[in-house]
Amino acid sequence: MTGKLDLDPVLVARARELARRAGQPVVDLARSHTTVSVERAVLRLAGVTGADPDGIPWVNRLVDAVVADVGLGHGVAVPVFDALTREGITDVTLLAQKAAAGSVRFAVPTGRAATAARSAARRAVAAGVRRIDRRRAERDRLIKRHGDPKQRPWIYLIVATGDIYEDIPQAQAAARAGADVIAVIRSTGQSLLDYVPEGATREGFAGTYATQENFRLMRAALDESSKELGRYVRLTNYASGLCMPEMATLAGLERLDMMLNDSMYGILFRDINPIRTFVDQRFSRQVHARAGIIINTGEDNYLTTADAVDEAHTVTVSQLLNEFFAHEAGLADWQLGLGHAFEINPEVPESFRLELAHALLARELFPDAPLKWMPPTKHMTGDVFRGNLLDGFFNLAGTLTGQGILLVGMMTEAVVTPWLSDRDIALQNVRYVLGAAGGLHEDFVPAPGGFIRRRANQVLGEALDLLERIGEQTLLTAIAEGTFGIMKRPADRGKGLAGVAAHEADYCNPATEILEAAA
Amino acid sequence: MSGTQKAIVRPYGDTTGDGMVQVSFTLPVSHDKRAEGAAVQLANRMGIDPAMVVHAKPMGDGFTFFVVYGRVNHLVDLNAVQVVERDFALLSAKDVNTVIKQRLRRKLSVVGACIGTDAHTVGIDAILNVKGIAGEKGLEYYRELKVTNLGAQVSVPELVEAARAEKADAVLVSQVVTQRDAHLHNTREMSAAFREAMPAGRRPLLIVGGPRFDETMTDELGVDRIFGRGTTPGEVASYLVHALITQRKAMA
Ligand code: B12
Repeated sequence: MTGKLDLDPVLVARARELARRAGQPVVDLARSHTTVSVERAVLRLAGVTGADPDGIPWVNRLVDAVVADVGLGHGVAVPVFDALTREGITDVTLLAQKAAAGSVRFAVPTGRAATAARSAARRAVAAGVRRIDRRRAERDRLIKRHGDPKQRPWIYLIVATGDIYEDIPQAQAAARAGADVIAVIRSTGQSLLDYVPEGATREGFAGTYATQENFRLMRAALDESSKELGRYVRLTNYASGLCMPEMATLAGLERLDMMLNDSMYGILFRDINPIRTFVDQRFSRQVHARAGIIINTGEDNYLTTADAVDEAHTVTVSQLLNEFFAHEAGLADWQLGLGHAFEINPEVPESFRLELAHALLARELFPDAPLKWMPPTKHMTGDVFRGNLLDGFFNLAGTLTGQGILLVGMMTEAVVTPWLSDRDIALQNVRYVLGAAGGLHEDFVPAPGGFIRRRANQVLGEALDLLERIGEQTLLTAIAEGTFGIMKRPADRGKGLAGVAAHEADYCNPATEILEAAA
Repeated sequence: MSGTQKAIVRPYGDTTGDGMVQVSFTLPVSHDKRAEGAAVQLANRMGIDPAMVVHAKPMGDGFTFFVVYGRVNHLVDLNAVQVVERDFALLSAKDVNTVIKQRLRRKLSVVGACIGTDAHTVGIDAILNVKGIAGEKGLEYYRELKVTNLGAQVSVPELVEAARAEKADAVLVSQVVTQRDAHLHNTREMSAAFREAMPAGRRPLLIVGGPRFDETMTDELGVDRIFGRGTTPGEVASYLVHALITQRKAMA
């Protein structure tokens, strides 16, 4: 610990212990359930690709067919590979097509047939995992060849035109202008689609559909930029919504470098069923761990619906939970882009000192995590000039407190999804602050007993109290009661619950087996 | 308007009548002399003449950002300005309750939602939830209002169904995402669905709100009222009483 805040190590250890206590029952739940999306991810690893003429992926058609015959609780791998043998074919996508046409029946085999189906499934899924491994090795090679960004924080920029062919030149322009990480924001509504659209897309609203082909196109474009610029430009997308496990898998297969992947965002902000989310979460994190992907958590979002001063401790609590869930799924500290944000109302007296206290608290609690520092959004207005000033202070807080990933704030935040010129002006702001004060964190040590130290310790104290309370009930109850982002989300409600099933005694998921064996 | 104020005005830089404005924009051309000339030409066409390019910055490949200052020739006739002025009295929560109780003699039913794929609920919640906004309590706080808040990403058929089930007097819809005119498409779809589902006399009052709406577009969008940025729950409650009770009774 760097020790600028005098945090009591006993309290910090206690906070981690309480997070473990609150999180463990959720992990147990995740380990004993599966979802349609987890099973579709398994089939993607096993090699099922493409979509039917209506654009519904074959993985969906195949899972639906298996569920109709034998339910979800056994996992689809064994019934699928059993059917493959009985049909005398080797191509799983062809099997999906036959199943969709209604010409295949699925069963849960026993005895020798079961053993054979298990090992065939395991072989096929292992081949998919090996493809992810190769992409990870390729990333390592490219980073070695082109190099990492010279400075910290890494500069993270968003593109969001809705059209992948507009996004590409914008992303390349942003990289040339200094972006180290490009995030392609998803179209509104995608998170509630219970399938992953196929192919290159041009018609998203306020974002571009996340598809395997769009991932591939953008990664290829940024590989060109990396070569041109002599630094590896990273690519981010979203493993969130109803298809989290599949998104993670596709990201691994297409060498994305970071994924938004919060344990509770879908529950709170998309009203997705809590159990569905936690089950999908765990699988997606296991895939991210394997793929060497850095996750970005979403604590910043709470502060858009709740007050950033009153509810600061809920961010800390969520970070501790996200850390626990991440470690449990096999992610290493360097992969934890824990989120937090500069969202205090600028009218609040000493708002900047409060921001510094919160940002430094996160830095000191998670010294080895990169930390994703999010810009002001909620208190941005149509006054773009004032917005540019606030963004300057945000950048300053980021460098003073050693944040790892800086999501560049746009002065037009309250108006439009960023224009080309907004991005350029925002980058100029970042460059000025990093150029003028990039090393200031060395000199910045808040006074002992002073405002910043007191505030940070107060927030930690409140976080501990909340964790104690969550421990007395359960995390699911806390979520149901609106503890995070003041959104109330009961465990028996929300979207996607129908796609959840408890494991049967013979549940088999070769992907989880492989991913857990490695961890 | 006070008698001394002129009806015809020009922008003000630092002297009355100088007409000075500042604009910024990007042209999809590489930065060179010709690009700056193009910026001047555009500014001229916008009525800025003389136009000074005070800043030109190349951005990436083939784009240049400009800041232009200059004198704009256009005049504004204040008498010809068209806006939606508040044409109803602002009532206190107590008065709203009293009018509903005495003249409607039942609770006034309001159904609210964010429709389409829009998940921004902070705005509609500010209007509906007890917590409210800007020091004013939301509609749930009003004793004589029955509020059903359906939340986010509600489909139009779901909304119509809920309006029917709740016997809604008014339907309040929020739209925040405007990219590719999503808010306009969704609002039109919503009003068309209500027109189709219910006869004119039985249709609830249709209200939309969000920060980027043009309040004069009610007819085009097929709604009764549009509320923009900075709306408070008190304004909405007062409008409901006006449109559903006071004005209606006056017309009857
Ligand atoms: C908070 C926020 C979020 C939160 C929303 C949380 C929630 N539960 O609502 C989260 C983080 C989830 C979010 C997500 C996204 N967001 Co957002 N978000 C914002 C932000 C920062 C503030 C909006 C807000 O809460 N304003 C405060 C409220 C009180 O104001 P208001 O909505 O204007 O409401 C007032 C009036 O307009 C009016 N009103 C509004 N509705 C109604 C309805 C009625 C009936 C009435 C009478 C009045 C009324 O009264 C209200 C009170 O005065 C804005 C940026 C900004 N600073 O404005 C971006 C912003 C709105 N988001 C944007 C986008 C693009 C998104 C995403 C689509 C990004 C993505 N691709 O993933 C996702 C969307 C998800 C989706 N499916 O919609 C864009 C929209 C761009 C555009 N113009 O199209 C903005 C402008 C940011 C940007 N520049 O890109 N966002």
